[in-house]
Amino acid sequence: MSAKAEALGGAGESKLSPQFHVAHHFDKADTQFDAGRMGVWLFLVTEILLFGGLFCAFAIFRSKYFPSFVEAHHHLDRVMGGINTIVLITSSFTMALAVRSAQKNETKKTTLLLAITLACAAGFLVVKYFEYSHKIHDGLLPGGNFTAADFASGHPGIFFAIYFMMTGIHGVHVVIGMGLILWILLRNQKNEFSSRYYAPVENVGLYWHLVDLVWIFLFPLLYLVG
Amino acid sequence: MANTATVDELGHAPEVRGKNYLNQTAGVWSWLTTVDHKRIGIMYLVSVLVGFGLGGIFALLVRLELLTAKKTIMDATQYNQAFTLHGAAMVFLFIIPSIPASLGNFFLPLMIGAKDVAFPKLNLLSLYLFWIGAIFMLAAIVTGGVDTGWTFYVPYASGVSTTSVISATFGVFVMGFSSILTGLNFIVTLHKLRAPGMSWYRMPLFLWSLYATSIIQVLATPVLGITLLLLIFERAFHIGIFDPTLGGDPVLFQHFFWFYSHPAVYIMILPGMGVATEILSTHSKRRVFGYKAIAFSSVAIALVSFLVWGHHMFVSGQSELSSAIFSFLTFFVAIPSGVKMFNWLGTLWGGSIRFTVPMLYGIAFLFLFAIGGLTGLFLGTLSVDLHLHDTYFVVAHFHYVMMGSTAIAFFGGLHHWWPKMTGKMYDEKLARVGFALTFIGFNWTFFTQFILGTRGMPRRYYNYLDQFQPLHAFSTYGSWVLGTGFLITFICLARSLKTGAPAPANPWDSTTLEWQTASPPITENFEKAPIVTLDAYERPAEETA
Ligand code: HEM
Ligand SMILES: [Cu+2]
Repeated sequence: MSAKAEALGGAGESKLSPQFHVAHHFDKADTQFDAGRMGVWLFLVTEILLFGGLFCAFAIFRSKYFPSFVEAHHHLDRVMGGINTIVLITSSFTMALAVRSAQKNETKKTTLLLAITLACAAGFLVVKYFEYSHKIHDGLLPGGNFTAADFASGHPGIFFAIYFMMTGIHGVHVVIGMGLILWILLRNQKNEFSSRYYAPVENVGLYWHLVDLVWIFLFPLLYLVG
Repeated sequence: MANTATVDELGHAPEVRGKNYLNQTAGVWSWLTTVDHKRIGIMYLVSVLVGFGLGGIFALLVRLELLTAKKTIMDATQYNQAFTLHGAAMVFLFIIPSIPASLGNFFLPLMIGAKDVAFPKLNLLSLYLFWIGAIFMLAAIVTGGVDTGWTFYVPYASGVSTTSVISATFGVFVMGFSSILTGLNFIVTLHKLRAPGMSWYRMPLFLWSLYATSIIQVLATPVLGITLLLLIFERAFHIGIFDPTLGGDPVLFQHFFWFYSHPAVYIMILPGMGVATEILSTHSKRRVFGYKAIAFSSVAIALVSFLVWGHHMFVSGQSELSSAIFSFLTFFVAIPSGVKMFNWLGTLWGGSIRFTVPMLYGIAFLFLFAIGGLTGLFLGTLSVDLHLHDTYFVVAHFHYVMMGSTAIAFFGGLHHWWPKMTGKMYDEKLARVGFALTFIGFNWTFFTQFILGTRGMPRRYYNYLDQFQPLHAFSTYGSWVLGTGFLITFICLARSLKTGAPAPANPWDSTTLEWQTASPPITENFEKAPIVTLDAYERPAEETA
C-alpha cells in the first residue's frame, strides 16, 4: 500500500485524518493497513470454505438426484434471479468506485456511491423476499416441509434444502454487508477517510465483492443449470 | 543469555521494577475490557483449566461406572451423557483452545519481540465468543444433557436423541469462530509484527507450530461451522440433507465432520509439539537439532492432515478404493511426525540434560507420543482397523495422543512458563510428585485399554462381558491415581501463587526472547523494542566459548 498511497496522497502521515492514530503495537501506519488487509483476506478465505461445504453438498446431491434437480430448478424464478444478479454486480461496481473516490479524497462522491451500493443491497433483499414468499406459498420447501404436489421425480426437497441454505446464508451476508456499508458511510460523512487512510472502505469493499462473487456462482448453479 | 541489545536493563527482579501487566491496572472490569494479549492469555488459561476440570469429573464418573460389568452408579442413558460431555468438554473446552489460546496468546508476541498481537480487540472478541459458546454448551448440560458422543453423528443426533443437541452444537459453532479468529490473528501477527532482525528462521519453533496450527484453524474450522449449522437445521426443521428417509446422506455428515476433525487433531497436537521443542532445547541447553526440518514438518503435517479424513470411515461404507487411498495417505502423515521425533532425540543427544519439572513432562511427551503415533499407524492399516475400529484400542490411541501428548505438553509448558507468567516459582518437589502420579496413572489407565481393545471390548458400552471386568477395574484404579496427580499439580501451582519465591527473569537460562524481559513482563512487553541479532537457540559467543 505504501508506495501507492504515497503517490496518491502526496504527503505522509500529516494527511491522516485527525481521528486516526497508529495503534501502539504497530511500527507505522502502513504496517497497520497491511495487517488489516491481510486479516480481511484471510477472513474471506474462511468464507469460501464455509460456502465450499454447501457447494460440495450441491455437487453430490445433484449427481445423486439429477432428475429431481433439473425438475426443481424450473420452479426458481430466473427473471427475479437475473435481476438480482444485475443488482448485485452493479453494487459491486459502485463499491469499487467508492473505494477509488475515497482514495482520491472525494468525500461527497464516496457518500453517494456508498448510498447507491446500500440501495442495491436493499433492493436485492426485497426481490429475495418476493421469491421466498412464492416458494413458501407453493410449498417448495426443504426436505420434510416440502408439500408441492405435482412433482414427477423423487427428491426435490433436497434441492430446496440446498437452495434455502445457500441463499439464506448468502442473504445473512448481505444484511451484515449492509450494516458494514452503513458504518463506513457514516464515518465517511464525518470526514474520517482520506487518501492516506481509507483502509476500512477498502476492507468492507473486499467483503462486499466476496458476497457478490458467491452469488455469481449461486445464480447459474441453482437457477440456470439446476 | 543475551540475544538482544536490551537485555541487561531488563533482567531485574519484579519488585525492583514495580509495575507489570498484572498490577498495571486493577479490578475485574480492567480484565474484562483488556486488550493485552497476556491478560487475555491468562483468562483463556483459567477458562480451559475449568473446562479440563469439568471434563475430568465426567471422566472419573465414566471410569467409575465401568468398574463393574453391570450398573455401578448410573444407568445407560446417564452413561451416554457422561461420556459425551466428557468428550465434548475435553475437545472443545479444553484441548483445542488449550495451548494456542492460552500459552500461544501469552507468548507469541513476546517471542517475536512484539507489543501485542496484530488485532488486540479481535483477540478479546474471540475470548468472548469462546465464553458464549461455552455457556451454550453448559446450558445443554442443565437442559437435558447431550448423549450423541462428541462426534454428533446423524441420524441419531439429528432426529433420534431427545437431549439438548442444538444448544451443544450451537455452542461448538460459536467456539469455532473463536478458534478461527485466534488463528487469523496469529498468522497476521507472525507476518507483520516480528521485531527487527527476527527473521522467519530465527523464530522459536513453538511459533512455527502455532503458525501451522493457525493455518488449520483458518482453513478447516469453517467447514465444521457449516456442518454444525446443517445439523442444527436438520434437527430443527428437517431439511433432509442428512436424513436418509428424506433422501439425505448421513455418511456425508461423517465426511464433513472428519474433514474438520482430522485436521483438528493436529490443531491439538502441533502446539504440543512446539512446546515440547522449546522445553527439550532449553532444559538440555542444546540448540534444536534440525531447525528447518522441525519447522517444515509442522507445515507439512498441517497440509497432509487435510487429506486423510477418510481413515475414520473405513467401516462406514466407503469404497475400497477410497479406503486404500486414505490408508496410504495416513501412513504419509507419519513421515513428518517421525522427522520431528528423531530431531528431538538429536537435540537431547549430547546435551546437558537437567531433569527439571518441565523437562520431565518433555521426556514423557516423547515417550507417550511415540506410543500414540505408532498405534495410529495400526489403525490406519485397513485390515487391522476392521477389527479395532470402535474398540478400546481406538480409545487408548487417542488418549495417548490427546492426553498423553498434548495435555502433557500443555502442563509441561505451564511449568516451563509459569515463572514468566506469574512471576513466581513453584515447589519443585511437589510438582514432581504431581508429575509422577500423572505419568504413572495415565499409563496405568490407558495402556490397559489397548489390551481391552485388542480383546474386543467395544467403546461406548455401559455393560460388558464379565471377561473384561478385571482389566476395566484395573483401568479405573489407574484413573484415580491420574486424578490425584492432577489434583496435586493444581495444588502446587495454586500454592505457588501465594507463597512462591519471586521468579528471576530467566530461571532456566533459556535463549528465546520471552525470557529477556522481566518476570512477569510489563504491559508493553519490553522496555525497549528488541533488536534480534541471534538465532532462537543460539548463545552469544562469549558464553559458548
Ligand atoms: C501418527 C499420527 C496418527 C495416525 C496415523 C492416526 C490414525 C488414526 C486412525 C486411523 C483413527 C481411526 C480409528 C478408528 O476409528 O477405527 C484414529 C482415531 C482417532 N485419532 Fe488418531 N492418528 C494419529 C494421530 C492422532 C493425534 C495426534 C490425535 C490427537 C491429538 C489423534 C486423535 C484421534 C482421535 C480423537 C480419534 C478417534 C475419533 C473418534 O472416533 O472419536 N490421532 N487415528
Ligand atoms: Cu484422523
